[in-house]
Amino acid sequence: MMKPFLSIKNLTVSLKSSKEPLLRSVSLDLAAGNVLGLVGESGAGKSMIGKAILGILPQAVEITAGEIWLNDQELLRKPAKERRKFIGASTALIPQDPLTALNPSRRIGPQITERLVDILDWKKDAALARALELLNEVQIPDPERVMHSYPHEISGGMRQRILIASAFAANPKLIIADEPTTALDVTVQKQILHLIADLQARHQTSLLFVTHDLGVVSKVCQHLSVLYAGKVIEASEIRDFFKNPKHPYSRALLAATPKYNDPASSLTPVPEEVIAEVEAEIFAPRTECSHVN
Amino acid sequence: MSLFPTIFLRLLTTLITLFGVAVIIFVIIRVVPGNPIAMMLPPGATDADIQRLQALYGFDKSILEQFLIWISDVVRGDFGTSISLRQPVLNLVLERLPATLELSIIALILAVAIGLTLAITGTRLRGSRFESLIDMTNGIALSLPDFLWALLLILLFGVLWPLFHISGRISPALDLPFTSQFYLFESLLRLRLDLSLDLLSHMFMPALAMAIPLAAIIGQLLKQSLKETMHLDYVTLSRTKGYSENHVIIREALPNAILPTLTLIGVQFTFLIGGTVIIERLFSYEGLGNMAIDAVINRDLPLIQGIVILFALIFTLVNLIVDMSYALLNPRLRHA
Ligand SMILES: Nc1ncnc2c1ncn2[C@@H]1O[C@H](COP(=O)(O)OP(=O)(O)OP(=O)(O)O)[C@@H](O)[C@H]1O
Ligand SMILES: [Mg+2]
Repeated sequence: MMKPFLSIKNLTVSLKSSKEPLLRSVSLDLAAGNVLGLVGESGAGKSMIGKAILGILPQAVEITAGEIWLNDQELLRKPAKERRKFIGASTALIPQDPLTALNPSRRIGPQITERLVDILDWKKDAALARALELLNEVQIPDPERVMHSYPHEISGGMRQRILIASAFAANPKLIIADEPTTALDVTVQKQILHLIADLQARHQTSLLFVTHDLGVVSKVCQHLSVLYAGKVIEASEIRDFFKNPKHPYSRALLAATPKYNDPASSLTPVPEEVIAEVEAEIFAPRTECSHVN
Repeated sequence: MSLFPTIFLRLLTTLITLFGVAVIIFVIIRVVPGNPIAMMLPPGATDADIQRLQALYGFDKSILEQFLIWISDVVRGDFGTSISLRQPVLNLVLERLPATLELSIIALILAVAIGLTLAITGTRLRGSRFESLIDMTNGIALSLPDFLWALLLILLFGVLWPLFHISGRISPALDLPFTSQFYLFESLLRLRLDLSLDLLSHMFMPALAMAIPLAAIIGQLLKQSLKETMHLDYVTLSRTKGYSENHVIIREALPNAILPTLTLIGVQFTFLIGGTVIIERLFSYEGLGNMAIDAVINRDLPLIQGIVILFALIFTLVNLIVDMSYALLNPRLRHA
């Protein structure tokens, strides 16, 4: 593997109040220009990883240990202001819900160009040209009109295209896509997926792709990390994973992925031993306490 | 454009409202005890004198007759003559109106500035120990009405530490070059900043007294809606672009969070203008409110009527402006 562009080392994120960890010593690597899939069931902590990288963790949680390396710079030790600018200049987020991710009272245009002008010090004209170029790339008809529109005048699928254009506009080194198609109509999901994969390949962007759809992962990603209850339980290359999943949970996950052409396949529950293994660890402190008593 | 019929409808309702106010005030001040003529005549006047003057002002006619005469004059722009000041009501009222408008607007600006600061600071501090400090400040500001704040300010900054003027509109010793009654506005236009400063330092205490409770209301409501808005996806997205917390609050969250506050400011601004009646009295500020109290004391019926109609007109205009700016700020309403 090439030298990783994004490298997370032993990241632990916990609730401030109860100190309960939501991410347990998570490590993952993403090489420049590669796509890393991040899968796991709901509540596993997939979004939390993305938020930790982008510095937008909810107020109720905090990072208690670990390092996040981006392009040979450690983010968490940077002063807040410098980190903010660095993240803004080198990363972008493709959000889950295009309907809520655009400011309803501002026109589309400035929402695409503002980062270029304010954070990256581009000239206004250059930023405008770049925004139009990207809107063309994501196949938005009549981009000039769209730039002058308000979000409510644009359909959901179009808005996701706009957000994708906006994410790629600043030439970020890393894009985090957090379930970018789940909020969309099934008919547009595929197009949006192709679009992201296409742009990623063309711009050679590193992409952290959060999803719980293994089918999607198999199409876009080179590597994949499986998350369960805040722990990475498997990190593999895609081919190895589908041929020979190492962890029992991964096998269950694979078995649970519906195969549309195989009506005989049914849902498989999470194997008992996986639950036991993870729970043994989660409840270990309490178990110890109960032994003391 | 759908705005035009809306405005027409609003103007119509405004006229109906004003007519209603005119009827009510006209009847009320004639039903309550107190004879304006008796009050203006010296103690030795005979009943015959009183009768004669009553007839002169038309007070011997029935209330309905009096009203019809008055309203037909008003439609022609004649609001009658003040009994106590013996001048046309319209002139008197228009002469005092600018002073009250300037005071109210300064108070509003103060209230919005303080309220915004409280809301934004509170939003920045959300979740920390210091957030409750902002809530406490709001609570204290709301615990007293404007006229009690006025008394407190007079005691503190007029008596104990005499830092500000607590009486009048402008220092009497100054030469006034003004051609209008909008002293502050005119002094700014003429670049006579010395006069502007003197006017502002007279206005500061009364305006602050009126502003404090409104600032707290603005601060409370706006902080609440800002905090809710801060969780929304587009705010988070803007944060990932590298923008500072202040920028995110002011440019992304504020325009969407401020709409309910704006409506509230509109309603509260009319209360604030109503507050000038007592506040101007307390600070001997030569405005409409101060004149209103004199008019009531003297049972100066034509003057009371004129002042009330003018206040009602201002109130409905303020509401109209608020509704229109609401539509302007919200693109979804504008295109509907
Ligand atoms: N604002 C918050 N405050 C406290 N806990 C939170 C908050 N947001 C998420 N969590 C908790 O953090 C854990 C991980 O949540 P996260 O959103 O990362 O899950 P996810 O893997 O992205 O799930 P999904 O597939 O549903 O998006 C969950 O247990 C969740 O309850
Ligand atoms: Mg998620």
